[in-house]
Parts: sequence; structure tokens; C-alpha cells
Amino acid sequence: MTHTYSLTCQELLASISDYVDGSLSPELCQEIERHIRGCENCRVVLDTTTKTLYLYRQSAEKIALPGEVQERLMSALDLSEFFK
Amino acid sequence: MTETIFPEISIAALKAGDRAEFARLAASFSTPIYRLALKMTGDPSDAEDVLQNTFLKALQHIHGFEERSSLSTWMYRIAANEALMTLRRRKSQIPVDENPDDSDEELAPMQFTDWCCLPESEFVSAEAKKQLDQAIQHLPDSLRVVFLLRDIEGLSIKETVEALNLSETAVKTRLLRARLRLREKLSSYFGERVREVS
Repeated sequence: MTHTYSLTCQELLASISDYVDGSLSPELCQEIERHIRGCENCRVVLDTTTKTLYLYRQSAEKIALPGEVQERLMSALDLSEFFK
Repeated sequence: MTETIFPEISIAALKAGDRAEFARLAASFSTPIYRLALKMTGDPSDAEDVLQNTFLKALQHIHGFEERSSLSTWMYRIAANEALMTLRRRKSQIPVDENPDDSDEELAPMQFTDWCCLPESEFVSAEAKKQLDQAIQHLPDSLRVVFLLRDIEGLSIKETVEALNLSETAVKTRLLRARLRLREKLSSYFGERVREVS
């Protein structure tokens, strides 16, 4: 069967989350990839969404729990004896 | 991702009141809970309160944990509720126009500059970090919590549903809105950087 369905920009936008999460069917992924080859705006939205998620994940990895906060937590839980 | 954070914690030992086991839980899971609390509240002092209250409640209620979700999802659930309560208390003092996910907000993107190819130094600058923080703080709480659990803490859609007691549709809708809003905000800033650099 020939698949003739063509994705609109609005439909691509609605599927963008599932696409970047890798949870779309291969057929829909192909539709998206075909669409962005001919639609520069949607390509930019897709690429910058992916980059946005990457930047947030990268930035979150740098958050460390301050030692004094951990110390106060263990004290509040009456578990300081286990905290070295 | 979350299950590997503390794969060796014994729920049976926690329920039996094993304090050393609870200390191991606190030691291994305090960073992700603090990170969630800090990004939810945007304030280190509030984040510390959320962190302490989360573990105090976990200690208090571990006997009632029915293991319908994983231990990590249960911990995130307590932390998310604590953070949302903190934000509600703050807003009862200063009324804020909260925009829940069910509104007819237009999702259509407005920014179409491709900023992905900026030099790496642009993404790690102090100003870029400030823009990322501001963008996330501008999200409505209901979108921010979904984004943080799913995209920062790495919970699956199913785990996010369990942690927030929402439908799968609501989680997916909020996640899409959060991601597109953040993209739009970052595109304003980085798009400007593209114009300045070129």
C-alpha cells in the first residue's frame, strides 16, 4: 500500500515530543523526516527543541548538593552518626 | 535512570526501621531531590526545606508504602508535592497569574533562528545559565514539575504519571507545552547571540 499521508506543520508540532523521545512509530518518524527536508522552519524548531533539552540536562548535571545541606539533612533525620 | 541511583536499597529494611538503610537512602537520593526542589522553587533555602520535609515524610510513611510504584518514583512524588505546597504558600502571599495546561494557549512557534551551531562557549557562559534558569522559572508550576521529572530526572512517562497522579494525556500535553515554551525562550536569547556573533 502506498502511504500518501502528508504531515502538516501543526501535526509535526504535536508529535515533536514523542519524536525527540524516540517513541514514535518508524512510519511517523519517516513522515517527520520527510517534512523537515522541505520545511526549514519545522527543521529549526525540531533541532532547537532537541538542543534545548540537551542544554537543560547538561546544566542539571552540574548541580551538587552542598555538604552543609547534606549535614543538616542527616541531623534533621537524626542520622548524623552515619554521615562521614 | 532513576532505578540505578539506588539499586541496593532494601524496602524491607526501611520498613523494619533499619536506620543505616535509611541513611543510605538519604545519602544516595538527596542530590536528585535537592536538584528537583531547587529547580522547582528557584530558592536554595526553600529547596533545603523541601529536601528535609521529603525525607521526614518518607521516614514517617514508609510503612504505608504499598510498592505500586518504585521507591524512587515514590520519593519523587513526595518531593514534588512538597515543592508544589511551598510554591502555593508563597503565592498565597503574592497572587500570581497561574496558567494551567488546560488553557487554549497557542503552541505555534514564533522563533525560527537556528542557533544550534553557536560556539560551545555561548552555551556555557554565565549569561546562558541565567537565561536557562529564568526560562524554567517562568514556566507555570504545573508545566515545570512535569518537565523536571521527565527531562531532568529522567523518569519515564509512566513514572511521571505515577509521581504526579495525572493522566498520561495530561503529562504528555504539559511536557510538550513546557518544552516548546523553553525552546521559545532560549531561541529569543540564543537567536540574538547568532545575530551578534555573525
